[in-house]
Parts: sequence; structure tokens; C-alpha cells
Amino acid sequence: MERRPLRVQVWRGGADGALQRFEVPRRESQTVLDVVTWIQRHADPTLSYRFSCRVGMCGSCAMMVNGQPRWTCRTHVARLGGAELTIEPLRNLPIIKDLATDMAPFFDKWAEARGRFVPPPAPRMPTENGFARVEPAGRERRAADAGIECIGCGVCYAACDTVTWNPDYLGPAALNRAWTLVNDGRDGGGAERLAAVAGQGGCLACHTHQSCQELCPKALSPTASIAGLKRAVTLAALRGEV
Amino acid sequence: MSANALPRRAETLLWVAQRASAAMLAAFVLVHLATIIYAVRGGLTAPTILGRTHGNLAWLLFYGLFVAAVAVHVPIGLRVIAREWLGWRGRSLDIVALVSALYVVVAGWRAIWGLYA
Repeated sequence: MERRPLRVQVWRGGADGALQRFEVPRRESQTVLDVVTWIQRHADPTLSYRFSCRVGMCGSCAMMVNGQPRWTCRTHVARLGGAELTIEPLRNLPIIKDLATDMAPFFDKWAEARGRFVPPPAPRMPTENGFARVEPAGRERRAADAGIECIGCGVCYAACDTVTWNPDYLGPAALNRAWTLVNDGRDGGGAERLAAVAGQGGCLACHTHQSCQELCPKALSPTASIAGLKRAVTLAALRGEV
Repeated sequence: MSANALPRRAETLLWVAQRASAAMLAAFVLVHLATIIYAVRGGLTAPTILGRTHGNLAWLLFYGLFVAAVAVHVPIGLRVIAREWLGWRGRSLDIVALVSALYVVVAGWRAIWGLYA
């Protein structure tokens, strides 16, 4: 294993900050999050960053690594190659300090896209003991399942150029969430949700660059979800429903 | 949605119109390029071109539709680009897009009529 220390550049400060250099000892199976943690514990305790589970479940440790957004707890330094590592806060979000971004605009857009289950006034599906019977192999359920494992890490949001160019754009994660609910047979918020994802900042603003599905750490395809929303919104507009 | 924004349905139908006109243009451009390559093999003079286009109804219909598709496709696309790259929003942008569509259709059809009549 390479024994020379790893040369790391880390973003310090707010939007007008700068990169600071550190040298970090190499370890076996070292992740980018390990590197950041080492810097905070041994080199500079004032370094701010965010993490929680360390096993790829919580979605809180995403950062820009060598210019690409990644979940740092599951990104091995050895697999990135190169002698240098550049770690910056997630793109497209306001920087609070160092590697911590303000995720509020990201999650506000989930709410704007009506990313919450809406109970219908009366059950829309046959129920058994009060529970809806959802056919796991049904077309709608399979479409919802394809996008349901999102951990809300913001990698797709940071990867998306349309988000950079169009501040109104809801972004891949919020639209992916909306698509899973459009395909939830129990949900009662369909019409309102389709209206929310139509219009200038909605699914039609997507240019299908596919950076979201390229970089999603859970290997989801927000691109496919957005394509589904485009079809649904188009049909609704032709029928005069949005 | 700001007060000046188009209704969601109109915005969606514009998007559909741009995709539909793009599909038409894909075919039109191929026919257009193939025709040019075929027609100029031996070299062409202005009178030869006019001799072929004068009174040619098929030619008039083809290019009439071609211009209509461009007039639908281009202003909608430019409107999106202006929003994303210049941050231009609202009614003024919609009016400029509409005027550019009318300009393309009038100038294009006038040129076609000039070669047909």
C-alpha cells in the first residue's frame, strides 16, 4: 500500500472561502469521510462537516470530492486514484461553513413538489383490516419501488446543471419523490402534485443531462422518474387537468 | 409561481409543442439536406432554381410547413435559454418570444412565396 501521506485540499470558510492544504496519513480501506474526520481530530478541530451513520444510510455526509458529488462514507480514497484529494461542500447549496451546506433549499423543494403522502378522504384501494392491498408486481408499485430507496443525500442536486442555471428548478430528488407518490395507489394528492411539478421549475425544466443517475450513490434513476412525470404532466395538460 | 408566469397548462403545452415541432423538423431537415445534395450535383444557377420552385405546390407545402415548425420550435427554445442563461422572466420575455415567432413565420413564408409565385 502507498505509505506516503495523502495530500488533501479542503474548503474552509463560507462562499468566499478558499482551499486549505493538509497531509493525512494513509490507512487501509480509508474513506473520504475518514480523511475529513482525521483532519478535524488531529490537524484542525475547527473544521466543520456533517455526518451521522457512516454506513451509507443517512445521506448526511455528501461532499464534492475531486469536483464530483459523492457520499463520502462509502467512497474509498484508494479507488479515486491520484495523489491528491480535493474536498469541497456540495454544489448548488448555500455554504454554512467549511464542508457543511445549508440543506434547507433542497428539502424545501421536496415540500414544494408535494413530496408527502396525502391520505385520501376515502380509501382508493380495496382494504383488508384497514390496510390497503398493494400488488408488489403491479406496474405502478414497481415504478414506485424503482425510486423509493432515495436517502436524501443531495448528490443528484449538486450534480445537476439545470439546478445551477434555474433557481426555480425543483431538482432530481424532489421530482423522484413526487414520481414515487404519483405511483402510490393509496395516495390522494395526485392532481395537486402533478400541478406542483408542472410549470417553470418542474419536471419539464429537466434537460436530461443524466448526471443525477450517473452519480446517485443508490444507483437510482431520477432521470427515468422525471421522464415519467413528463409523460404524466403532458397527459394531464392535454386533458385540461393541470 | 410568480404573478407574471404563464399558467401551468400553457407552459406544459408549449413544451409539448416544442417536442412535436422538433420531431417534424428532424424529418424536414433530412429531406431538405438530401434535396440540396441531390439538386446541386451539376451546379445550379438562380434561373434554374426558380424554374424548379415556380408553381411547385409540393415544394410550397413542404417549406410552408418547415417554416411553421421552425416558428414554433425556435422561440420556445430561446425563451428557455433566456430564462436559464440571462435570468429573464415574465411577460416581457413571453412577448419577445411571440414576436420572434411571428417574425420567423412572416419572413419565412414571404421568402417561400417569392420563390413560388
